[in-house]
Amino acid sequence: MKVVIAGYGMAGARLARELGRHGVQVTVLGAETEPAYNRVLLPGLLAGTHAEEDLRLPAPPAHVELRLGEPVTTIDREAKRVNGIAYDALVLATGAEAALPPIPGLDRHSPRATVFRSLADCRAILDATDGPGVPRRRRALVLGGGLLGLEAARGLAGRGLDVTVVHAAGHLMERQLDTVAGDLLARTLSGLGVTVLTNVDVKAVEETTEGVRLRFGDGGHADGDLLVVSCGVRPRTALAEAAGLAVGRGVVIDERCATGDPDIYAIGDCAEFEGRNLGLVAPAWEQAEVVARNLTGTPAVYRGVRPVTRLKAGGIDLAAMGSLDGEEVVSFADPARGTYVRLVIDADRLAGAVLLGDNPTTGQVTQLFDHDDPVPADRRSLLLGRAFGEPPAAATPAAQPDDAVVCRCNTVHKGTLVRAYAKGSRTPAELSRATLAATGCGGCAGDVAAICGWLRETAKAPELTEVAA
Amino acid sequence: MHMDADERTVRAVDTHCPYCALQCGMTLTRERDDTVTVAPRGGGLCQKGWTSPELLAHPDRITTPLVGGRPTGWTAALDLVAGRIRALQAEYGPGAVAVFGGGGLTNEKAYLLGKFARVALRTPNIDYNGRFCMSSAAAAGLRAFGVDRGMPFPASDLAEADTVLLAGANPAETMPPFMRHLAGKRLIVVDPRATATARQAHLHLRTAPGTDLALANGILHIAAERGHLDRAYIDGRTTGFAELAATVAGYWPARVERITGVAAADLYRAADLLAGGRRVILTARGAEQHAKGVDTVSAWINLALALGLPGRESSGFGTLTGQGNGQGGREHGQKADQLPGYRRIDDPVAREHVAGVWGVDPATLPGPGPSAVELLGMLGDEIKALLVFGSNPAVSAPRSLGVHERLSALDLLVVCDFLPSETARFADVVLPVTQWAEEEGTMTDLEGKVIRRRALRPPPVGVRSDLEVLSGLATRLGLTEGFDPLPGRVFEELRRASRGGTADYHGITYERLDAGRRLHWPCPDTDHDGTPRLFTDGRFHTPDGKARFIPVEHHGPAEPRDGEYPLYLTTGRVLTQYQSGAQTRRSSLPGEPFLQLHPDTAARHGITDGAPVLVTSRRGQFTAPARLDDTMRADTVFAPFHWPGANNAVNDALDPISRMPEFKVCAVRIRPHEETP
Repeated sequence: MKVVIAGYGMAGARLARELGRHGVQVTVLGAETEPAYNRVLLPGLLAGTHAEEDLRLPAPPAHVELRLGEPVTTIDREAKRVNGIAYDALVLATGAEAALPPIPGLDRHSPRATVFRSLADCRAILDATDGPGVPRRRRALVLGGGLLGLEAARGLAGRGLDVTVVHAAGHLMERQLDTVAGDLLARTLSGLGVTVLTNVDVKAVEETTEGVRLRFGDGGHADGDLLVVSCGVRPRTALAEAAGLAVGRGVVIDERCATGDPDIYAIGDCAEFEGRNLGLVAPAWEQAEVVARNLTGTPAVYRGVRPVTRLKAGGIDLAAMGSLDGEEVVSFADPARGTYVRLVIDADRLAGAVLLGDNPTTGQVTQLFDHDDPVPADRRSLLLGRAFGEPPAAATPAAQPDDAVVCRCNTVHKGTLVRAYAKGSRTPAELSRATLAATGCGGCAGDVAAICGWLRETAKAPELTEVAA
Repeated sequence: MHMDADERTVRAVDTHCPYCALQCGMTLTRERDDTVTVAPRGGGLCQKGWTSPELLAHPDRITTPLVGGRPTGWTAALDLVAGRIRALQAEYGPGAVAVFGGGGLTNEKAYLLGKFARVALRTPNIDYNGRFCMSSAAAAGLRAFGVDRGMPFPASDLAEADTVLLAGANPAETMPPFMRHLAGKRLIVVDPRATATARQAHLHLRTAPGTDLALANGILHIAAERGHLDRAYIDGRTTGFAELAATVAGYWPARVERITGVAAADLYRAADLLAGGRRVILTARGAEQHAKGVDTVSAWINLALALGLPGRESSGFGTLTGQGNGQGGREHGQKADQLPGYRRIDDPVAREHVAGVWGVDPATLPGPGPSAVELLGMLGDEIKALLVFGSNPAVSAPRSLGVHERLSALDLLVVCDFLPSETARFADVVLPVTQWAEEEGTMTDLEGKVIRRRALRPPPVGVRSDLEVLSGLATRLGLTEGFDPLPGRVFEELRRASRGGTADYHGITYERLDAGRRLHWPCPDTDHDGTPRLFTDGRFHTPDGKARFIPVEHHGPAEPRDGEYPLYLTTGRVLTQYQSGAQTRRSSLPGEPFLQLHPDTAARHGITDGAPVLVTSRRGQFTAPARLDDTMRADTVFAPFHWPGANNAVNDALDPISRMPEFKVCAVRIRPHEETP
């Protein structure tokens, strides 16, 4: 079995490693010359929280042939050859590329404007802000208020730049967020040094001597030293199309992750499953796993992964998933602290959610959505979580019922201590000797002392003698 | 005559609790009315320790050998066992007889049991219940540090620690006096349940079952991002960081949150709590009892190493050993692949040394045998006879119903125990043995310290020690030498056998211990002070002296939940019971089986608090009363394993390295249990 993987991004690298571990003969053709890196962490590189070496993905076993800087140019399905290399199975993992909106003056080769998609893009942005021989730039424009644009904006703001996000829709991340969340997110961003302009129709991009200017339809404009364009991505499907494979938005795959040609698979950002092309890593890795299994004799099927959008970067904590419209809505808002939760429930299942700010339940909600599990009967627990770390406030000795366990290690109840006191154990040490309370972990020593003190204070002796008798 | 005997009897001895690996010091006193009382010595005692003497004169105590359930004399019983062993080995070969040991046996018993299997039986088929307990932590420790000592520092060092992370450990239930060491610490507890320990935590990370590995990788990812790693330590004292870093790069917070269910914000909190000061990371069975248990422990070790903890003062990594002699019991040869001194049985140098001490030709020593679950799976097929010491696999092994079938298929089952355990009920021959207060020997506690067990009084008439049983059988199998039944002599031999090994006991003697010395192994000579702290010289026990990072990847549970079996079952212990419960269920200790679950989960299945629930997996089922608890994850139910039942359902999928079964997560379904008329 000889497998050729076209593309060495996150999906291709994952597959190369999995197949390599199974001893499969693999050749990887990668357009970029870089070793595989983790694209998810590029915002961290912009922000300066990660260095380039932190982004490196594990290399496949040595026998996997890596041909980097060698993009796939032709697929010959008849001869089962790609770039002249014979294959038994070909896996397309060609990814997606940044889309450029048709705005006059905006072109891929502008020194002032950069897309934000690859490590090379990221280096270009960093060079533009802080590169050798470049005057230090202070103002950045980000065109596009989607997830990636905001990650770039947050990263650049973290480096101390003044950042303005220019967004066409009425609120940020309009495909994932409702208006309340979008507006609150804009407020959170402004506190971090990011100005957000929404409902902006950009008419033109102009390079000026100082930098770059965005001209707006309403006559206004915004100036920056550099421009980062983040207006979505387009799956790279040209190869598949040329080879006569079915292509929608991405290369169409079935649940085996195979295309119409049973020997050609597609995974990751270039693939489309059940009409959807998600452009996220979780499904890409899942698909890599499925293909690896299908090529190593342990068949598996891909059932789809529900997309969750997650933005977690210094000062911003946002999770969004599913549909935000529905009958049963549970929500909570604390605008002063930038916290907002909207949960949409349909037939006891989570149909969608947005959580913004410091929410203890993000992990729980995400898992409920992922697994399509029933939501709690008490919906509030999804908003507020539960303070598991906090022991319940201890009742005063007087208020504790007789059957309250004071010492867990030795199962000593309050009543037992009371009776021991009545029988003559009048100090904490004597109570411990008589009842074994506080002889285990010792954690209840304070409670035993408190009960002893309370018994002494309240001078309940006559009554207690009765109990003891 | 009787009066003289009584006067000679010791009235009080300093010994240690018979139960967990904390081995709390206790003084036993024989009162005038012949009852035995307990007092703690220095530290604490939980109710298991306080009630331990109840079993000495328990009505269920076995005091005569039983053959086919009928009382029989020792000579006849041992003759019969030896005769059957000879006959079965003559017909099927030496491997037809197998031995199953236990982590509660003294060092002397564990040692002699391993020798008995290799020299008297010449069978490779020996393993023990520690396979269910410490094997994952042991394997992970070995591959990172080149040595496996549960805690490579004294527990008392925790007094100086600032932050302690417990991964899958619940000492507030399993070894309560250990909590004294954690008082006032910033405690991070990783557990799917809000356990008694988690409730005392500064930060409780409530993971989905079977996701600790991803959690540890995720915390390491963040620690790197936040600049918390100790780069000088990594460069100077470890190898393999570059590859680890590349793996951990794949565990960014959002992904880890989705796998574990722990909010990304809490992942950051954990990483920051672990950022400075004196820090200790401890794992226990919650992290280890998985089909990826070794990798999970490696993930926590990776974090500890990247933070620069092992070998640092009042910092480090450790695992909390479970059974009383879980440490010593895994060092001296009752493990399938092992010879005394923590030597490998496939190492020619080790074979030569040990064979020399035993006075046999190294070529006659068998090679590595199957692990516990695999050994139990061979019963009735390749294995025709099984000798069980200090273990109750009918309750404690995974997929118990299958084990019951296997036990029934044996030609000969011999069980040495002092109480009629569930396993003893399957036995052809039951041999009554001593309890802790009736025997001498040594145990090795959770920090690698060798301690004395001392006899308060002689055993009841008709009861013999395990060493006497082995000696009697060896004699009948034709070995007149080399199986001395006296613990002191066995220990002298163990010292020589372990000499030069990883767990070197050569410098440890009863005399030194009785003189009050606190000796941790390795202790190569009698003028050596022992080694309370490993790695303090900056070197690990690997060939190049550096600790090894082992990059590990998350995989889901071996049996994911699905439409048919929609819930996860996890198992564990409760404070008032110990192991398979053969002892503690018979004492006055409170406790009953239960199924802990979220009220929503209960309501969806028509289950009310206290009502019996039928829990079914692909392997078996059990019934337990519901205990509703709104701190439970709704996708997970919990059952304690001290009663027959829970392990019927548990998955026997094994870790590829440690052969540890996946006790901590399997898929089940539940429904109200209707009594059948």
